[in-house]
Amino acid sequence: MNRFAALIDRLAYEPRRNGKIRLIADYFRHVPDPDRGYALAALTGALSFRNAKPGLIRQLIAERTDPVLFALSYDYVGDLSETVALMWPAPARLEGPSPHPSPRRGEGAGRTASEALSPAGRGLGEGEARFHEGEARPTPGIPLAEVVHILTHMGRTEMPAVLAGLLDRLDETGRWALLKLITGSLRIGVSARLAKTAVAALGTLAPDDIELVWPGLAPPYEELFAWAEGRGPRPETEDPTPFRPVMLSHPLEEADRAGLDPQAFRAEWKWDGIRIQAVRARTADGLATTRLYSRTGEDISGAFPDLAEALAFEGAVDGELLILREGRVQSFNVLQQRLNRKVVSTKLIAEFPAHIRAYDLLVDGTEDVRDLAFDARRARLEALVSAHPADGRLDLSPLVPFANWDELAAARADPASHGAGVDAEAVEGVMLKRADSLYVPGRPKGPWWKWKRDPHSVDAVLMYAQRGHGKRSSFYSDYTFGVWTGETSGEGELVPVGKAYFGFTDAELAEIDRFVRRNTVNRFGPVREVVHTATEGLVLEVAFEGLARSARHRSGVAMRFPRIARLRWDKPPGEADRLATLEALLRAEGAEPDPQDTARPASRRAPRRDTQAS
Amino acid sequence: MRPEELLRSTPQGLYSPAGDFFIDPMRPVPRALVTHGHSDHARAGHGAVLATRQTLDIMAIRYGEGFAGRTQAIAYGESVEVNGVKVAFFPAGHILGSAQIRVEKDGCRIVASGDYKPGRDPTCAPFEPVSCDVLISEATFGLPVFRHPDPTEEMGKLIASLALFPERTHIVGAYALGKAQRVIALLRAAGHDRPILLHGAMERLTAYYEAQGVALGPVKLAREAAADELPGAVVIAPPGSLAEVWSRRFADPVTAFASGWMRIRARARQHGVELPLVISDHADWDDLQHAILATGCNELWVTHGQEDALVHWAGQAGLAARPLHLVGYGEEEEAESGGTPATDKENTASPGEAPAS
Repeated sequence: MNRFAALIDRLAYEPRRNGKIRLIADYFRHVPDPDRGYALAALTGALSFRNAKPGLIRQLIAERTDPVLFALSYDYVGDLSETVALMWPAPARLEGPSPHPSPRRGEGAGRTASEALSPAGRGLGEGEARFHEGEARPTPGIPLAEVVHILTHMGRTEMPAVLAGLLDRLDETGRWALLKLITGSLRIGVSARLAKTAVAALGTLAPDDIELVWPGLAPPYEELFAWAEGRGPRPETEDPTPFRPVMLSHPLEEADRAGLDPQAFRAEWKWDGIRIQAVRARTADGLATTRLYSRTGEDISGAFPDLAEALAFEGAVDGELLILREGRVQSFNVLQQRLNRKVVSTKLIAEFPAHIRAYDLLVDGTEDVRDLAFDARRARLEALVSAHPADGRLDLSPLVPFANWDELAAARADPASHGAGVDAEAVEGVMLKRADSLYVPGRPKGPWWKWKRDPHSVDAVLMYAQRGHGKRSSFYSDYTFGVWTGETSGEGELVPVGKAYFGFTDAELAEIDRFVRRNTVNRFGPVREVVHTATEGLVLEVAFEGLARSARHRSGVAMRFPRIARLRWDKPPGEADRLATLEALLRAEGAEPDPQDTARPASRRAPRRDTQAS
Repeated sequence: MRPEELLRSTPQGLYSPAGDFFIDPMRPVPRALVTHGHSDHARAGHGAVLATRQTLDIMAIRYGEGFAGRTQAIAYGESVEVNGVKVAFFPAGHILGSAQIRVEKDGCRIVASGDYKPGRDPTCAPFEPVSCDVLISEATFGLPVFRHPDPTEEMGKLIASLALFPERTHIVGAYALGKAQRVIALLRAAGHDRPILLHGAMERLTAYYEAQGVALGPVKLAREAAADELPGAVVIAPPGSLAEVWSRRFADPVTAFASGWMRIRARARQHGVELPLVISDHADWDDLQHAILATGCNELWVTHGQEDALVHWAGQAGLAARPLHLVGYGEEEEAESGGTPATDKENTASPGEAPAS
């Protein structure tokens, strides 16, 4: 456990992909089976513990710490596992002579609680002089496999005491790692793909070799390591329909475009749906099987049985999952109503018919075509789709013709009259793909670009700030901003129109944080109200994708995908925009009142990560 | 005498109405008592400054010889009268020359402890608890999540990384006064005997430590190092310089940062630190509690940092406690933790220091 903890601790700080691979591979080389296999399982998200859940962690820490101190600490740290790992009271131990004259020992709530409630650590005999050093040295070496075994098999009633015992035996990093395992989100910037790449780095395999056998394997992956190290045969895989890592694009900036030759590229609409990979193949006994994967390789076949059933081709298609009604693509908000449902009812299927708009082909029949150029893959894709239309559930994403960048810019600005027709509302820009580009997993720079439509922007005044979590913890990073209700700017009052927590740089974050701390006029729990009058306050230029009517906001409007574009230190709050400006924009966009769906920019974000090549 | 007549918070800083002097004032005043040389406590331009010899020397190095109208040195344990108020200085264990100041009149004793740490530090005199009625304590790390690990073990991480990446230069961000010298001393104690490369900003202060009898081994300016000295070398630089052009001369460096803030992972990541070293010159949560109780005070005033938690704890421990809102303190710490370049005093408010080079 100590080595695993040290690994993920180090990984959490390593910014470079190659550095991460080196660290993981180094761990795999030096840690024996089965521990390393469970580490691989943890890194690929293959572990889950039924009786050890975040709620239990909260319960354990609540029994051991003062609630006020815990709340202040959690607010500051912004991460439950880390807060608990840091606050967990050291088990009682023999006290060595203090090097300082300190007549009274600490009578802090935490310490008292620890002595009363942590019998497990008593008598370890490892107590040193503990005046400065935060914690006792851990009992050396609880194997990771043992930890996983305990967490997997311990019953609900024993779990609290067992987990507390484990926490008592670990140091801060060990506790953090253990709690991360339990909460199931390591969040150390290591994808399953990266972990598999590190396995491949043990020998001469390619990462895709690992992907192909992966679906048939289970922790602790001993035969996989044997194969990777050249000591054993290729593990047999039963799965004829594996996930193949997808190819992603870079956003196209003005400067990039200048250097690109329009003749070398093909363009497609960028659909506002969800990236999907549909794989259909025959098993050894000749039966056809179909799997649908998300962009990250998650098997989502179960959520779209109607679609999986309708597909008739053989191969692997890359495309966008959309909802079509009467041949017309529905908005992302409609699609969202079909996502993340536990039960997929007949009614849901009928109301939200799923559809694939195909734009690439990875496997044609049984032939891997990823090494062919885009144009050649496209020709095969067109043939495959026309041969197997799947009751209209599968169609082609059309190419957008253009001779130069101006023409493409015109199409991007007005998709409706450039071929997208009634589906234009589901277009969020164009994709540019080099005609000669091979299908390369990951995000290579150069072959594929996404060129999204320009966002709207508004100058709004910062009204409230809240501390962030995760990467932004301990900084005020969630901002609620407002615009003026009066006839002219600076008149009437400011009403909140949205909340944003990204778009700014780290340096800007520090500046806003400083502003918030110095200009707080009110505190509501974790939220600070900052000064916002016509003469005092901070103006934020907020970019957003669209507007909707909202019954949930007092202003009556809600922004889609708002983010901080710039800090306008130069602009007095009295010159920020008015609500009337937003309302005019709302009318100009012809947006339907849709308070249910578009009023929640936050909920839109999660699935958005899965959208086409973004 | 009521404590507030002896010391109270004013916009200029902590002020003694009875003795007509300030402690660590932020703006120029006629008479100042200074706890230590960090720029959020020691400012130039006062009429008269009373401080330890070492603090006065450090101020002269940072601000130039004429940093105050006149100066008076006071030794640890020594006491003097200032307008009828008895004033005594005691070691704070924070950096070289750092002091706690006890003021006393008519049986009322208040200790302004400045920044302090009870932990072991060979580069300065060890902290002593000073008995008093009212203690003014910092709370930089006043949350139970801050329990500093053994600095020797933290330094072990740097030593291990040097072994793992012998071809890479290791740049350690460390505040120029105090932390830099402590990091060097810890490296020496861990057996690292190669010359340590310094950013220009810490050259004179490091030489001063050496002159005061703190053995730091061979050091040289990074800009004078030959290319073949860089692989596997340790470079100590102010935190603000880590992200700057200055550090680009080193090929593929490992970026470390020695600070108590490194305890919080998000903080370390926010600064792009690859090797966080939790080494602090401030009391941690446990230290604060022990140190406060050791003074026997019955009232606690909490200054910069996480006042809420410490005040809450003190209330439970039976002390009358309240936050003392002083403007300006702790901002050098923000700078130490890598605040924005525009507010980093390292770059703007220390004219006496060598420019980053």
